[in-house]
Amino acid sequence: MTGTRFYQVGSYAAGNRLLDPASRAEQSRAGRPNSLTMGHRACRGCGEALAARYVLDAAERATGGRIVTVNATGCLEVFSTPYPESAWRLPWLHSLFGNAPAVAAGVAAALRAQGRTEVRVIGQGGDGGTVDIGFGCLSGMFERNDDVLYVCYDNQAYMNTGVQRSGATPPAARTATTLPVGGDPGAPFGQGKDLPRIALAHGIPYVATATVAGLRDLEAKAARAMDLHGARYLHVLSPCPLGWGTGSGEAVRIARLAVESGVFPVFEAVDGEITGVERIRRPVPVEEYLRPQRRYAHLFKPEPRPDVIARIQQAADRNIVRYHLLDPDEQAAQGS
Amino acid sequence: MASRVERIEQIEGSKAVARAVAACRPQVVAAYPISPQTHIVEEVSRLVRTGELTPCQYVNVESEFAAMSMCIGASAAGSRAYTATASQGLLFMAEALFNASGLGLPIVLTVANRALGAPINIWNDHSDSLSQRDSGWIQLYARDNQQAVDLHPLAFRLAEELSLPVMVCMDGFVLTHAVERVELPGQEAVDAFLPPFRPAQLLAPEQPMTIGAMVGPEAFTEVRYLAHTRHLRALTVLPRLAEEFRAAFGRDPHAVLGEAHLEPGGTVVLAMGSVLGTLADAVDELRAEGLPVGLLGLTLYRPFPAEALRLALARAGRVVVLERALAPGVGGIVSADLAAALHGLPDPPEIRTVIAGLGGRPITKASLCRMLADATAGRLPELLFLDLERDVVERESGLLEKAPDEEGAT
Repeated sequence: MTGTRFYQVGSYAAGNRLLDPASRAEQSRAGRPNSLTMGHRACRGCGEALAARYVLDAAERATGGRIVTVNATGCLEVFSTPYPESAWRLPWLHSLFGNAPAVAAGVAAALRAQGRTEVRVIGQGGDGGTVDIGFGCLSGMFERNDDVLYVCYDNQAYMNTGVQRSGATPPAARTATTLPVGGDPGAPFGQGKDLPRIALAHGIPYVATATVAGLRDLEAKAARAMDLHGARYLHVLSPCPLGWGTGSGEAVRIARLAVESGVFPVFEAVDGEITGVERIRRPVPVEEYLRPQRRYAHLFKPEPRPDVIARIQQAADRNIVRYHLLDPDEQAAQGS
Repeated sequence: MASRVERIEQIEGSKAVARAVAACRPQVVAAYPISPQTHIVEEVSRLVRTGELTPCQYVNVESEFAAMSMCIGASAAGSRAYTATASQGLLFMAEALFNASGLGLPIVLTVANRALGAPINIWNDHSDSLSQRDSGWIQLYARDNQQAVDLHPLAFRLAEELSLPVMVCMDGFVLTHAVERVELPGQEAVDAFLPPFRPAQLLAPEQPMTIGAMVGPEAFTEVRYLAHTRHLRALTVLPRLAEEFRAAFGRDPHAVLGEAHLEPGGTVVLAMGSVLGTLADAVDELRAEGLPVGLLGLTLYRPFPAEALRLALARAGRVVVLERALAPGVGGIVSADLAAALHGLPDPPEIRTVIAGLGGRPITKASLCRMLADATAGRLPELLFLDLERDVVERESGLLEKAPDEEGAT
């Protein structure tokens, strides 16, 4: 008996006991690596802490524990390494906010020069460090096809500095720098910085999106990424209870609503071609996803903004079409 | 006995440095082009492609920021890491420069010194590397291509012994593009002088380690204090390594101070970099005329060798610091360090600052002789801009006076 505690309540990952041991979730194993240990200082219900633990434990298992991690500045770095403590049980390096992909590429180059090809490299950062300040380094890492898996934990704003808008903040969302005041409340509608698609355009060996609602899927993608070499990108929607204004037990439910509404398409791609999508099991209007989040409260009261919600719905519908997110049989059944 | 000298060649400074770097066997080289540094990474690239430098991962990166970041990752993962840059590229690295020294990573960087814009200017002065004075990097300045070559094995040795990054500065174009006779160190001799890199800290799954933790107010001062003391250790370690270098290669690398001709009560010029060659000529000429003029070259700028300078300059009457950069609103950068170092001497020499050669302005022997004659006669102002073109200044300031809002006022 180990000290590992294991809970599974109301998640699609339930049912491990029915599976053969080889197919069980990494987190259900008594001997899971615990790459990110308990006792770190993340907020209650942090989506990023959950995602990071699942990604790294799965990757550790896939590589037999031969991993080096590089972390960008951000919540994950701050809450896990307050000197003289560290919550990391694997080799871990933090350098700066905007250079994690380049530092990780440097680690990969060093390992290659030393002939240590069995040791693998994972870079990680939040959406600010990935889509904004670290974007140039990330694109360079993609273009050179450096042997690094880069994981972006996307909570759609600069949460570590107090919830300011990032290049990944969705339209109409309230942040500390896109306040719900004035004519067009919240973040503006724009072209969006869709990094998974930008990664696809680089033609790298592996691109996938995932959420903390599909934790078994997240594990499988992290493991699959470690089976491949070259530049790989995993974009994980990781709700931030504090920044999104949701209950601390809501991260998984909100992430699932993001998927089921079509707001966040979950897909997988190899060499720039999409090879699989997660079909929407129970399609929901975006309103169901938006309403529980205080960052969208201004769309419902005091003045309801059906016009803004309709624009968000249009974007979700576009995702549904672009990625074929609805099961054709189900669609036919709905249509009849 | 291992051959000290591989060969003596008439060779461009950049290529000579690239060969010296290759002899140091860096395992990861990150490269981004910027003038006048490009010939260095071009030659290293060629040496990697031809197999003369192997095993080495040569990575073409997307920016200088990425180049230094890649060196940070490579060094933390236990590889000897190298890159080179200049000017704006060094500034673009700045955030990572402070990070590399804070993390204690023994990276070696060659700076092909070049002015900083605006206005944009690709020619040589020292404003780029001096702007990174407080980055925590050890800074060495080469007076000629032989010294630039010699300082690289020394830089790797020093960096790895102290777990601190070292910057070797050589004047852009003046040295990088100059073809000179250089003794290139033999591989066996370099191997004997510079053993394989044994990192003080290492990212390895066998022994997981957290590098780069967040440090709060309760320990940050202590961490910085330790960085300061470790940096200062270069003042004792470097002379020892220089002595070892002299024994191994038969040349004094002048790692801290250059050769000096000092006259008690006389005037001493203190300078860094390639201007020392012209200065030596000027000083020789003036000494032949009987003027009490001396010359002191400064190779090690950070940590500042205050004690060595106090010893060397204690009996000087006047020190003229020839500066290749300007701190606007203050004047000389090295002068300020020197004033602090000489403070408290019983009879400290006067310090005069001469700003010269900014943005590639040639520093002629004639101008130097004139300036030094003025200095010995006590006619030098506290701050002099050598060869300042007064008509250009007047023309430009005249334009400013004709600004429309001022026209009515006069």
